[in-house]
Amino acid sequence: MIELIKGGLILVGAIFMFLAALGLVRMPDLLTRMHATTKAATLGATLIMLAVALHFGEVAVVARAFGVILFIMMTAPVAAHVIGRAGYFVGSRLWSGTVKDELRPNYDPLTHELKSGLETQENAKRHPRDTDPD
Amino acid sequence: MIGAAWNLLLGFAWVVLTGDFSGRNLLAGLLFGYLVLALMQPQVPALAGHAQRLPRLILFIGFFLKELVLANLKVAFDIITPPWYMKPGVIAMPLKASNEFEIAFVANLISLTPGTLTLDVSDDRRVLYIHAMFLDDEDELRRGLAELERRALELFH
Repeated sequence: MIELIKGGLILVGAIFMFLAALGLVRMPDLLTRMHATTKAATLGATLIMLAVALHFGEVAVVARAFGVILFIMMTAPVAAHVIGRAGYFVGSRLWSGTVKDELRPNYDPLTHELKSGLETQENAKRHPRDTDPD
Repeated sequence: MIGAAWNLLLGFAWVVLTGDFSGRNLLAGLLFGYLVLALMQPQVPALAGHAQRLPRLILFIGFFLKELVLANLKVAFDIITPPWYMKPGVIAMPLKASNEFEIAFVANLISLTPGTLTLDVSDDRRVLYIHAMFLDDEDELRRGLAELERRALELFH
């Protein structure tokens, strides 16, 4: 029984890693590629480490396996975020099927200032004061 | 957070007093410390919310793992089928998280769930820009993200 569970975990983990690699090749632009690689690979590595923990069943190995899972889960999204952000601001083109982009109008490429887009709503609500310049 | 420190201290005190330095005994000490703190909680204002934090954390981990697997399957399905079902786009999500640590935590969780990737936070720290893969139902996605943020922030209060 436990052999079956271990085998299943490793198989599913390997499939997810394969899908991550396939996604890296197939996806149309940088950001969607980051989606495919980081998350599927994280889940794949997690499942394989769970299988390792089940196989050995010793406290030292199980603790290390969970340590590996924890650190992969902590670092993978940071790497994805940094690569995606750098690619976006350097100007890598988004896929033609992208439906909307709420970041571009709020970003000023000269000053590198990124507005939240909430300022204009607040300015519209603000009542004019006597001290305002005309 | 002070509750967690006391819990750890009580656990170590248990290990020292019983004289059995094994991992299982430390676990027992932590459990007894947790129970003692849960009993003391109504009298000590500094411990408020300590006992509720552990079940909340376990529920949150369960909820998060469920989201992780479901969303992974969705992305995997789009990778292996030839036509693109995805409608990617960048959306702005207003943040309820106030300090830097909470924002980093929420941003990491959002990046970790497949289909959403944190791009940047605005300079005034009020909006998170997220690249999402499936914008077919934007309101549903926004509701899901707000739910994730609410549950994540509950862990710290």
